[in-house]
Amino acid sequence: MAIQVDARGLSCPQPVILARRAFEAGEFPIEVWLDTVTSRENVRRAAERAGLRVQVETVGDEFRLTISR
Amino acid sequence: MSERLTRFFASRWGIILAGAAIGILAPLLQKAGNPPNMGICVACFERDIAGALGLHRAGVVQYIRPEIIGFVLGSLAAALLFREFKARAGSAPIVRFILGAFAMIGALTFLGCPWRALLRLAGGDLNAILGLAGLTFGVTIGVMFLKSGYNLGRSQRTYPAVGWIMPLLMIGLLLLLVFEVQFAEGGPVFFSKSGPGSLHAALWISLGAGLVIGFLAQRSRFCTMGSIRDVILMRDTHLISGVAALLVVAFATNLVLGQVKVGFDAQPVAHSNHLWNFMGMALAGLAFALAGGCPGRQLFLSGEGDGDAAVFVLGMITGAAFAHNFGLAGKADQVANGVLQVGGISNAGIVAVIIGLVVCLAIGFTMREKVATQPSPRVALRTEVE
Repeated sequence: MAIQVDARGLSCPQPVILARRAFEAGEFPIEVWLDTVTSRENVRRAAERAGLRVQVETVGDEFRLTISR
Repeated sequence: MSERLTRFFASRWGIILAGAAIGILAPLLQKAGNPPNMGICVACFERDIAGALGLHRAGVVQYIRPEIIGFVLGSLAAALLFREFKARAGSAPIVRFILGAFAMIGALTFLGCPWRALLRLAGGDLNAILGLAGLTFGVTIGVMFLKSGYNLGRSQRTYPAVGWIMPLLMIGLLLLLVFEVQFAEGGPVFFSKSGPGSLHAALWISLGAGLVIGFLAQRSRFCTMGSIRDVILMRDTHLISGVAALLVVAFATNLVLGQVKVGFDAQPVAHSNHLWNFMGMALAGLAFALAGGCPGRQLFLSGEGDGDAAVFVLGMITGAAFAHNFGLAGKADQVANGVLQVGGISNAGIVAVIIGLVVCLAIGFTMREKVATQPSPRVALRTEVE
């Protein structure tokens, strides 16, 4: 089962901080739940910068990013 | 198409485009009539709005600035067009109000927001270096709090009408401006007859520039405070490339327009009291970092439905009223009979900045969630994931 990070409702830069903390823990895949396009792009960029693969799904008006090595 | 545009604006070229647009438009607004080295200043312009409404009575800084209206409405338009308008609120609004008020008091000590600090530097005002250094210092303290678990909690989804309140307030201000409504003889609404408040580009030029910038900044998430924070927090140079573009393009535009005068002394609407230029912006930087955005960013967020950012903006306008009613704001350098009189701030202003720093530090220290020493991957886990 994927590690879950719920960053919905959190303002900048909290979603990226939480996601990065999960990357650093090193267990993958990680599912990050987000509710703004801003956070989606920020977390996507942080993951890509860390050399990770990102898959984005839109669930209603929220987003699920599945991040793997 | 919409998704491709979104990805473009989220890219480095997107943020550079937004910064460059501000860098061109601000000096042009100055050429068109806005105050010197103040083509755009979010803090100063919100202060002018506070004055126009009579919330303070400093007669030289009273005008309903259409740029501010344009920022919110341009952001609203972008958010609606790209289906990003999302009403949300409830993340410690009272704290955001207080942060906004002290951010404004700090910014008015320096006489400018981070945008104006960049524009002042681009016009040759070297005092801005002290302001930007102070800003960086304040943001650095904010990053230390962020690293140790500081956050203001989650916002909640709410009724769309909540997200419309700030845009509607801005439309109300626009109507007051267009019809120059007078509620009593002599005002309010007040419009400065002299001083910076009397200097402004034509309404439609200012509004148009504001709308363009609001639109671009909503798409690209342009944020001056965030640019410094991201470099310190995670060595991420994305946002700061937009800020660099602003600075370089504004300097070039100023050179072309003959608006560069290099030096420290007697710069327009600025003082050369180095300590308080630094301290004022340190307070502002810390408050912006704790609130998650520079004053421009807070306006753009309020346009896309963020009720908490809107409360920050109202806090800033209130802070501006206090800054002028209580004589806290910085006083510009003046040259009288060929003699330079260095400005600076009053004793009350010094006390206000110190109180502001103490309050912001208290907020930073007391509003932290415990962070595990061993980073846990199961951060903020929800029991059920739909």
